[in-house]
Amino acid sequence: MSDTVALMEQRLATLSPLHLQISDDSALHAGHAGARAGGGHYRLSITCKQFGGLSRLARHRLVYQALGDLMQNRIHALAIDALAPDES
Amino acid sequence: MDTQQLIKQTVTENPVVLYMKGSAQFPQCGFSSRAVQLIKACGVNKFVTVDVLADPLVRQGIKDYANWPTIPQLYVKGEFIGGSDILAEMYQNGELQTLLQEFAV
Repeated sequence: MSDTVALMEQRLATLSPLHLQISDDSALHAGHAGARAGGGHYRLSITCKQFGGLSRLARHRLVYQALGDLMQNRIHALAIDALAPDES
Repeated sequence: MDTQQLIKQTVTENPVVLYMKGSAQFPQCGFSSRAVQLIKACGVNKFVTVDVLADPLVRQGIKDYANWPTIPQLYVKGEFIGGSDILAEMYQNGELQTLLQEFAV
């Protein structure tokens, strides 16, 4: 699953993040039904210039867009903390 | 009726709708459970939940409807509000309480 984190970092690089931290929480959810389907649980904290002035919805959508097909297969659950530079 | 129409009807005919995994009483996912708790914490006890695990068409359809890849999803008066991270943030700064005020008992 750690290669998923590397793939996420790669995809999110398109947003030119000033700060990016991804943690793999999959082990915490090992027993639960969704986890058996193969996708992992991740938590990410990301700071981007272009988040300034955007709503939370719009920020999360940018993150989902950048992750693209990873959301369909490798990622089962994702907690997102999306900040503009002056908020972090 | 196709799935998109069904979803549109559900979210417009009911003021507060949560698409989730499981039921309010027995959530099947930590994120869904957190969303239910946050809505209840705003004093709203009567809201509609739709269990996406019960219908694969709705499970995929709701992701397309909001152009949002994850579940849970909260709708208020037909408008998509967000998933559990967004609800948590909104609760922390009081926005969720304001949004749901009129539905609180």
